Amino acid sequence: MQIPYTVENHPETGVYNAKLGVWLFLASEVMLFGALFSSYILLRTNAAHWPHGVEEGLNIPLAATNTMVLIGSSVTMVMAWAAARLHDLKKFRLYMGTTFLCGLAFLGIKYIEYSDKFHHGHFPSKSTFLAIYFTLTGLHGLHVIGGMIVNGYLWGPGVKLFHRDPARFANRVEVAGLYWHFVDLVWIFLFPVLYLL
Amino acid sequence: MSGHSVEDIKRETRVYVLVFVALAALTLVTVAVSYLHLAAMPALAVALLIAITKGTLVACYFMHLISEKRLIYAVLILTVVFFAVLMSLPVSGHLGSTATGHTI
Repeated sequence: MQIPYTVENHPETGVYNAKLGVWLFLASEVMLFGALFSSYILLRTNAAHWPHGVEEGLNIPLAATNTMVLIGSSVTMVMAWAAARLHDLKKFRLYMGTTFLCGLAFLGIKYIEYSDKFHHGHFPSKSTFLAIYFTLTGLHGLHVIGGMIVNGYLWGPGVKLFHRDPARFANRVEVAGLYWHFVDLVWIFLFPVLYLL
Repeated sequence: MSGHSVEDIKRETRVYVLVFVALAALTLVTVAVSYLHLAAMPALAVALLIAITKGTLVACYFMHLISEKRLIYAVLILTVVFFAVLMSLPVSGHLGSTATGHTI
């Protein structure tokens, strides 16, 4: 059975089905992270003392580097989508591969940060700050891993669709990109909230 | 932003590069401001203002919300409303706790 509206827009919604589906999913993601941000505000405003991230061993230069890495991955992701629409498989693979590697670099830097904290006994159980820090960054890290699985699939076996139906493939890249940019967007807020304020 | 011709797409990619430069610059600014050790409220205002600007750039250009269909905007407006409710809950909770003297 043919899946309807994978390329052409649905006459009633004005968009192809996957795009609407991903936006609805992202709306639920906003609620997920929103609940945690809300918890963060509640914990912080009611705490007698709330430490600056640096006091709890957070590394601003490493986190700033990670911000740059994730922003860079967002631009390569959108370039991969542009390349897919231009039917340029070589450039698509270059940009999507770079996006994947940026995701890997982000997790590598996060691993260094986590290892350093654990080494110094900064576990989630140590303080409320560290508990919410690990919850927020851990959940975000899981989202990065999820995005990398999708991006890796599109770079590798998923590219078969490019030869069969390039327009549908470009749409898949677009919706994967929407998710990836959302992950970037969440980090844009996590970085100042946890590290700088 | 949502053209389909080769020229349209190439024009879009130039915009993406400009947005990337703006995002990178804003990241440097937000880090630099944090080293100024401003008072709590100005620091919060500056950091959130920069984060909101960066988030808007990502949403408008990378997620191409600048030229999206009406239904997507409707979904997002609903999301923003519920998000605002979520963010207002701790404020009311904080006021309540102040009144009763409870803290976490």
